[in-house]
Amino acid sequence: MTEPLRPRAIGTSLARLDGRAKVTGTAIYAFEQPLERATYLHPVQATIARGRVTAVDTATAEALDGVVAVLTHVNAPRLASTDDAELAVLQSDEVAFRGQFVGAVIADTPEVARHAASLMGVSYDEQPYDVQLRADRDDLYAPEVVNPSFPTDTDDGDVDAALESAALTVDQTYSTAMQHNNPMEPHTTVAIWNDDGLTLYDSTQGVHAVRTTVAPVFGLDPERVRVIAPHVGGGFGSKGMPHAHVVLAGLAAQVTSGRPVKLALTRQQMFSLVGYRTPTIQRVRLGADSDGHLAAIAHDVVEQTSKIKEFAEQTAVSTRTMYASPNRRTSHRLAALDVPVPSWMRAPGECPGMFGPEVAMDELAVACGIDPIELRVRNEPATDPESGLPYSSRNLVGCLREGARRFGWDRRDPTPAARRDGGWLVGTGVASSTYPAYRQPGSVANIRSGPDGRFTVRIGAADIGTGTWTTLTQIAADALDVPVEAVDLQIGDSALPMATVAGGSSGISNWGSTIVGVARAFRDKYGPDPADGSETEGETPDNPASERFAMHAFGAQFAEVRVHADTGEIRVPRQLGVFAVGRIINPRTARSQFIGGMTMGLSMALHEHSVMDPSSGHVVNHDFAEYHIATNADVGDIDAVWLDEHDPHLNPMGSKGIGEIGIVGAAAAIANAAYHATGTRVRDLPITADRFLP
Amino acid sequence: MIPFDYQRAADGASAVATVTRRPGAAFLGGGTNLVDHMKLGVADPDLLVDVTRLPYDAIEQLPGGGVRIGATVRNSDLAADPLIRSRYPVLSEALLAGASGQLRNLATTGGNLLQRTRCVYFQDVTTPCNKRQPGAGCSAIDGWTRNHAILGASEHCVATHPSDMAVAMAALDAAVVVLGADGERSIPLVDFHRLPGDEPQRDTVLEHGELITAVDVPALGFAVRSAYRKVRDRASYAFALVSVAAALDIDGGVVRDGRVALGGVAHKPWRATRAEERLRGAPADDATFAAAADAELAQARPLRDNGFKVAMARNTLVAVLRDLAARDQGTKDRP
Repeated sequence: MTEPLRPRAIGTSLARLDGRAKVTGTAIYAFEQPLERATYLHPVQATIARGRVTAVDTATAEALDGVVAVLTHVNAPRLASTDDAELAVLQSDEVAFRGQFVGAVIADTPEVARHAASLMGVSYDEQPYDVQLRADRDDLYAPEVVNPSFPTDTDDGDVDAALESAALTVDQTYSTAMQHNNPMEPHTTVAIWNDDGLTLYDSTQGVHAVRTTVAPVFGLDPERVRVIAPHVGGGFGSKGMPHAHVVLAGLAAQVTSGRPVKLALTRQQMFSLVGYRTPTIQRVRLGADSDGHLAAIAHDVVEQTSKIKEFAEQTAVSTRTMYASPNRRTSHRLAALDVPVPSWMRAPGECPGMFGPEVAMDELAVACGIDPIELRVRNEPATDPESGLPYSSRNLVGCLREGARRFGWDRRDPTPAARRDGGWLVGTGVASSTYPAYRQPGSVANIRSGPDGRFTVRIGAADIGTGTWTTLTQIAADALDVPVEAVDLQIGDSALPMATVAGGSSGISNWGSTIVGVARAFRDKYGPDPADGSETEGETPDNPASERFAMHAFGAQFAEVRVHADTGEIRVPRQLGVFAVGRIINPRTARSQFIGGMTMGLSMALHEHSVMDPSSGHVVNHDFAEYHIATNADVGDIDAVWLDEHDPHLNPMGSKGIGEIGIVGAAAAIANAAYHATGTRVRDLPITADRFLP
Repeated sequence: MIPFDYQRAADGASAVATVTRRPGAAFLGGGTNLVDHMKLGVADPDLLVDVTRLPYDAIEQLPGGGVRIGATVRNSDLAADPLIRSRYPVLSEALLAGASGQLRNLATTGGNLLQRTRCVYFQDVTTPCNKRQPGAGCSAIDGWTRNHAILGASEHCVATHPSDMAVAMAALDAAVVVLGADGERSIPLVDFHRLPGDEPQRDTVLEHGELITAVDVPALGFAVRSAYRKVRDRASYAFALVSVAAALDIDGGVVRDGRVALGGVAHKPWRATRAEERLRGAPADDATFAAAADAELAQARPLRDNGFKVAMARNTLVAVLRDLAARDQGTKDRP
């Protein structure tokens, strides 16, 4: 057991400490760094999906007034390492996907850079390409592991025999769409290359992750790379590791004689350069007795990666821990295509992976004639089905029951297509949610006492809009047993002590545990009244409990759906999420995380779909008019609440990560509600009006 | 962005003269579409003549009961105008169904008519498009066609016109008042936009240099019983999959007259004359409305991804007519 922290500031709805700076426009984001003699970079992207660049006509661009330099694979500075093919920018004539960088212009203004980029004439030797994911491809392969290091396949018991003899079975194929992260702040990097090395103002989820990744690419010692990111306008995984644009900015900064280079990707460019969620095709088979007790679960996933770099989304991993079943099989198969590199997008794995199975559970509930909440309760495992370990805490059933009470589930008639309000068919649905309580080692915090009882707490953590500035201050205040006003937090700079990336919903757990450990060491050494300048630094403490317990957060998602009988239009007037996520550090920022995730889940359910056009080889709906993200008008009465969960095994704060669980299961709840409304079972996302028309 | 010159027009005639003289010149209204196109490389005018300060910003009653809408009247102002709201609710509703609040505050009446298709291949200079570059080929026909035309398309172009406002105006028999080098002319709105045929680069019948100064909407008493219904994937800020503008004149359970136009289905606002023929003199019931919709949509030629639009258009048209018929004719206020 980790010694729990006595919460005082923790648990209060402290308003964002950076809120005033953000709403008054004084919080400086990467692109806005006021830098003398800055130049502006505009990339040139491949217009073929596969082949070679045979020639680049740069003369017209170079001749334009205000152009500082033009880069192509011929003249770009060489990189020290091209091991990561995504980051091997302008190092060869090969084109591996449409939209890949084939050149860039550096100019005195962004307008000139963009104009000059449009004047670059690129000639290609175009080769046949392959961008279509299908489950029946004959070249699917099993990756060695799935993200980040889970086994690709699992097989427990005898699934086939159990399905054969099961009283009831569900055997359906579900699919989720390709989706693109679109944080409000586009991906931006400002690079300065001088005798000190490389300085990057970058919109990133982890300053140290950027430093560690790009230093070897440029052949620099990590100490000679400094990455600064005090404020980040959203990331959702797409800023979790540096993408090609960071390297492009670094290359450009080598040819500007020390002038800073500013790069802000356009929305259109983001659709081929900063990662995306792979489309998934999921065959789910459930076998159960007539009372709904599962005898077999099989979850077999087909998804895509790029030919130049593998990313294997861990889509079936949540199935390994959700429900009790003596027989269970999961698998992942990949198609390597001539497409951009997929990557992390809010709850990679769990988000798409809880769509197929949670709709299948609804189908099983219908087949059994059992309420879908009761079905889930009947299949609640006593211990983690995969590892056999006890859960440090597992309150899925509590979430389902509390949600049912708040949502009015007891008044629900399970008959599909039986409720009408005006022209609208009305239904409700439920789905489970889960996300692992990850914790990584390797963060370091430094605490130093100042005059007047103040403390400076330094750690290279990130605030990507989640509230880290505020919540880490609350944790540090409680750890030092001082008011939050006495804490000066410093984050967002690789000159600060090492911190893990803001990813896997693990930031607060990692950084907070580290700060608490260091604060305790500080107090042990210096006592309640430390001299000015007393200082302690230390690493994330081990948590032995993580070997003895399975640690996951759980939740329940509820949705009301309306489908218009004439037009098929689908709307979601009501969403409720109930979560069991340990102790909440700050109810105000937590609520934002939950309802933000649920809104993103609504968006996934009804809207988000990157359309990969096989005849052009790229995502054709690459702007906000055509790539639909839920608008305010699409979000109705949305609420998130949480159980008062006490879990002493997690970390001193007693908290589980909350950044991702809000999206998990939301789309399944909506799909299940759409079935309840209409009697039409939609198994492919997004759920659009045409699915309900003849 | 490619460098360009900018002038603020002093008066309509000189604006027309300036643009007529210069082949690369364009009028600038609210800029909500043109400026996007300049960023994307879809349009590269070498001169913008800003017409937003010309004296075309009034909404006036015409003798005989019609209304003249100035070309620079902003979409928000037009939608909120009491005259429009009371006499032509279909037009107000269409405007409010379009774009977003910010865009409607900028967009002008003339510019709205001239906005170009949102076909993704038209808007991406890396994909061939006959509308952008005649003879280049159409990427959409074999590509992603969910949002494309089911009526009146050609082998050269399957794009749709994106305006909501223009669909309502098509139903209302509006006329576009145009100032050219040779003076003023009036073009019926239904003839103002073109079908693509073999010249998809021409959205309208306007000649280079002609400036829209106003839109005249004639008196139509029964337009108080009119409505616009837009079907779209999200609740706001999305172009129509299908839209219907309609007005009904019913007397004693019989349709005396009707006006119907469809949006999201063709290269132009689609005046549904065949549906109107079926409506006239027929009982105001579902059978008539369905027959009217079927008559119009018999000509539909859906593409790979948009077959659903036929059923969607039919159902929406029937629903709108049913709602109008059920409404008390004297009532202007909507539920």
